[in-house]
Amino acid sequence: MEFFRIRRDIPFMKHALVLNAVSFITFILAVFFLVTRGLNLSVEFTGGTVVEVAYEQPADLESVRKVVESLGYAEVPVQNFGSSRDVLLRLPVQQGKTSGEQSEQLFAALKAQNPTATLSRTEFVGPQVGQELFEHGLKALGLVILGIVIYLAIRFEWKYAVSAIIANLHDVVIILGFFAFFQWEFSLAVLAAVLAVLGYSVNESVVIFDRIRESFRRYRKKTTVEIIDNAITSTISRTIITHGSTQIMVLSMLLFGGPTLHYFAMALTIGICFGIYSSVFVAAALAMWLGIKREDLIKSGPKAGDPDDPNAGAVV
Amino acid sequence: MNRYPLWKYAIIVVALLVGAIYSLPNLFGEAPAVQVSPARATVKVDAGTMARVEEVLKSQGIEVAQVQLDATSVKARFNDTDTQIKARDALDKAFNANPAEPSHVVALNLLPRTPAWLSAFGASPMYLGLDLRGGVHFMLQVDMAAALQRRADVLATDLRTALREKGIRHGGISRNGQLIDLRVRDQASRNAAVDLLRAQFPDLVVTETAEGTDTRLSLAVRPEAARTVQDQALKQNITTLHNRINELGVAEPVIQQQGADRIVVQLPGVQDTAKAKDILGRTATLELRLVDESTEGLAAERGAGPVPFGSESYSERGGRTVIVKREVLLTGENLTDAQAGFDDTQQPAVHLTLDAKGSRIFRDITRENIGKRMAIILFEKGKGEVVTAPVIRSEIGGGRVQISGAMSSVEANDTALLLRAGSLAAPMEIIEERTIGPSLGAENIQKGFHSVMWGFLVIVAFMCVYYMMFGVFSSIALAFNLVLLVSVLSMLQATLTLPGIAAMALALGMAIDSNVLINERVREELRRGASPQTAINAGYEHAWGTILDSNITSLIAGIALLIFGSGPVRGFAVVHCLGIVTSMFSSVFFSRALVNLWYGRQKKLKTVSIGTVWRADAPSTKAD
Repeated sequence: MEFFRIRRDIPFMKHALVLNAVSFITFILAVFFLVTRGLNLSVEFTGGTVVEVAYEQPADLESVRKVVESLGYAEVPVQNFGSSRDVLLRLPVQQGKTSGEQSEQLFAALKAQNPTATLSRTEFVGPQVGQELFEHGLKALGLVILGIVIYLAIRFEWKYAVSAIIANLHDVVIILGFFAFFQWEFSLAVLAAVLAVLGYSVNESVVIFDRIRESFRRYRKKTTVEIIDNAITSTISRTIITHGSTQIMVLSMLLFGGPTLHYFAMALTIGICFGIYSSVFVAAALAMWLGIKREDLIKSGPKAGDPDDPNAGAVV
Repeated sequence: MNRYPLWKYAIIVVALLVGAIYSLPNLFGEAPAVQVSPARATVKVDAGTMARVEEVLKSQGIEVAQVQLDATSVKARFNDTDTQIKARDALDKAFNANPAEPSHVVALNLLPRTPAWLSAFGASPMYLGLDLRGGVHFMLQVDMAAALQRRADVLATDLRTALREKGIRHGGISRNGQLIDLRVRDQASRNAAVDLLRAQFPDLVVTETAEGTDTRLSLAVRPEAARTVQDQALKQNITTLHNRINELGVAEPVIQQQGADRIVVQLPGVQDTAKAKDILGRTATLELRLVDESTEGLAAERGAGPVPFGSESYSERGGRTVIVKREVLLTGENLTDAQAGFDDTQQPAVHLTLDAKGSRIFRDITRENIGKRMAIILFEKGKGEVVTAPVIRSEIGGGRVQISGAMSSVEANDTALLLRAGSLAAPMEIIEERTIGPSLGAENIQKGFHSVMWGFLVIVAFMCVYYMMFGVFSSIALAFNLVLLVSVLSMLQATLTLPGIAAMALALGMAIDSNVLINERVREELRRGASPQTAINAGYEHAWGTILDSNITSLIAGIALLIFGSGPVRGFAVVHCLGIVTSMFSSVFFSRALVNLWYGRQKKLKTVSIGTVWRADAPSTKAD
């Protein structure tokens, strides 16, 4: 079997400008939603209490909501979690009440209303922990960016490092944009997924850059644009197959992993899809705009200051 | 060109064997068990206890699968839960003859069903996290400022005593937050005070400020000393929590320090959060009272009369009754430390340290009651027990109290522990709490398992169809990667959580990347017209650089998560990082070995089975 029967190099870079405009607009939209709607942060970040209650029959959300309101909570989200029999409640931090008192009081009230209720899970996070997790998340993001930039700058050149990291941060912002737009819950697991995706989609850029370097060596007559087109064309089958395989796994988590893994898998899905796009069109195009040259990479090749080099031109 | 030397195959065989042995225990599941462990520090569990467990079970006719002894407990494994509960009741009755004062914790537990021959290799399954087995998780924050204030209190008391002993006049000592303020009137006493501080209080740093004619010496606890105080406070709180949790009868509680000022408590299997929290948050109180030595009181102590009005009866450890007055002279709040040691005559003793207020009161009490007996009572769960009831020999000032006489050093240790356990070194607050029901845990395992399994099967099916024989090699390598990952996690005795399972699934999804890279490269070489053997060699060689680069960038993200992640994210990060490392071994080194084994020996290899190698300039040719 062969899905990719490509006769000649696809001129990806011809469309770079249009596609970059598209990414730019998507990016701006994502930022817009992030600013206007904000992320729906989970209790892990905001502090508060989550209570998951399981009923034997499908739960009546209205009556559950009434019980919650009778306890003096206004606007507590009451929602089904995974199945119609499971209900998830999120209580804000209440002054003067210790951690579990809230959840116990709530559960007692729910049990009084419907004795079949069982407590599946409670989670309490103090506000100080939330703040700290948020800071740690930002620090982790910073460390990933720095680490990748340094590594790529050493391995390739700064232009490649910069374009790869911009392309992939653009992915991260778009994932966050999705979470802001749909108001999906942004939890610690999602943060982990976002960072994992960052590492993973840099892969993609690395594979393409590797090819660009190789093509620079192999085809000495081609222009930079042709080289980039050639590199992308020859790696496109691999790109789509590997991302497809990873996506199969992620899809499996999305289908079988249950509600706990749902948004984790969702973040990965968006990340993987945009990862392909951004590596091909954003990273490579940015590298092109930044003006990558054959001489930047091929340090072992003929040196400019040595015209008598007997090996000149013998690079393979 | 495509041959591995023997030693490379040897490495692979060894890795396969080790991987299989250490990942195998995870397949056997867990069996119901009962665990007997000591409830008090003085109770020891040894071979005798094990023999007694066996004997009790035998006498009750309870069938036991296996009894084993480890460092802290005896564990008995049963075939079903009914027997397990019967055995628990029987053992509880036998070991805790007096239910009011249990000496052993008899708890239900789950033990891995690992066969003995696997255990002999030290192989045991991964430990399941709370989200997979159900239980309670608490994170407690220790109030270190309070611990430092207490320390400053103690130092202020000591300083006052020391100044008095040296006859240095001063204008007052007071504690100001975590600082101690000492005022001195003139230069001579200032010099004397500074000399004294330098000689006897190396933990304090002095800053001087002139205030009119007075000099104020501001004393701060040195940062290193403060760190020691914090460490000790944390350790004492952990000890106290251990003692309290023992009462809950939890089989394998986890009580760990996290960061500089936090403690994580995990109680697998516990569902009753209210009770758990009650026990964690309980403050055992210490009270100091006088023994009622009136004739009625003495009569009641012998059991020859009723307890007189205004007094109460408590039992002392060891069973004797002590009649004490109701009036509370001092409470544990004023006790800052209790240590076992020796007195001047080398007799075992317990040294108590009181704070400023406590030492003043204590001096007054002892002055007025020389020759009488004083009782130290520990209240826990609303029940009082006299820890010790010594005779007051002389007036005791300075806040340092020594209890000695008629005590072995074991008893001295035990008493000191009890006195310390009564109080937390610093107050604590619950800042994170998680409860997971057991059914939710089981569901999570199943969901995680299904995600991994289905994803894996679909990938394998696709690889085999698309890349034919090379796809089969890639699939075997992927399976090997899973085995390696599980075995490494089992060897490290890592805790598996749901995010960990997710990371495992993701690791497999990403590991196949390397094989796709290699297979595509080999196809490309074939497309260019290379001979099969050359194509295989060049494909692996060219792909290696790319694989290394891409794995390193993934690893950077994983390490950042490992450094900054906590709780569920850390579980994810550990598996993610290990998965990347094992995937490099399995998908490059191991899959190459398979290819070499299959094709490497054929000198005149004409075709390789890697699916369609399509050429743009020629009609499609099938390579197999």
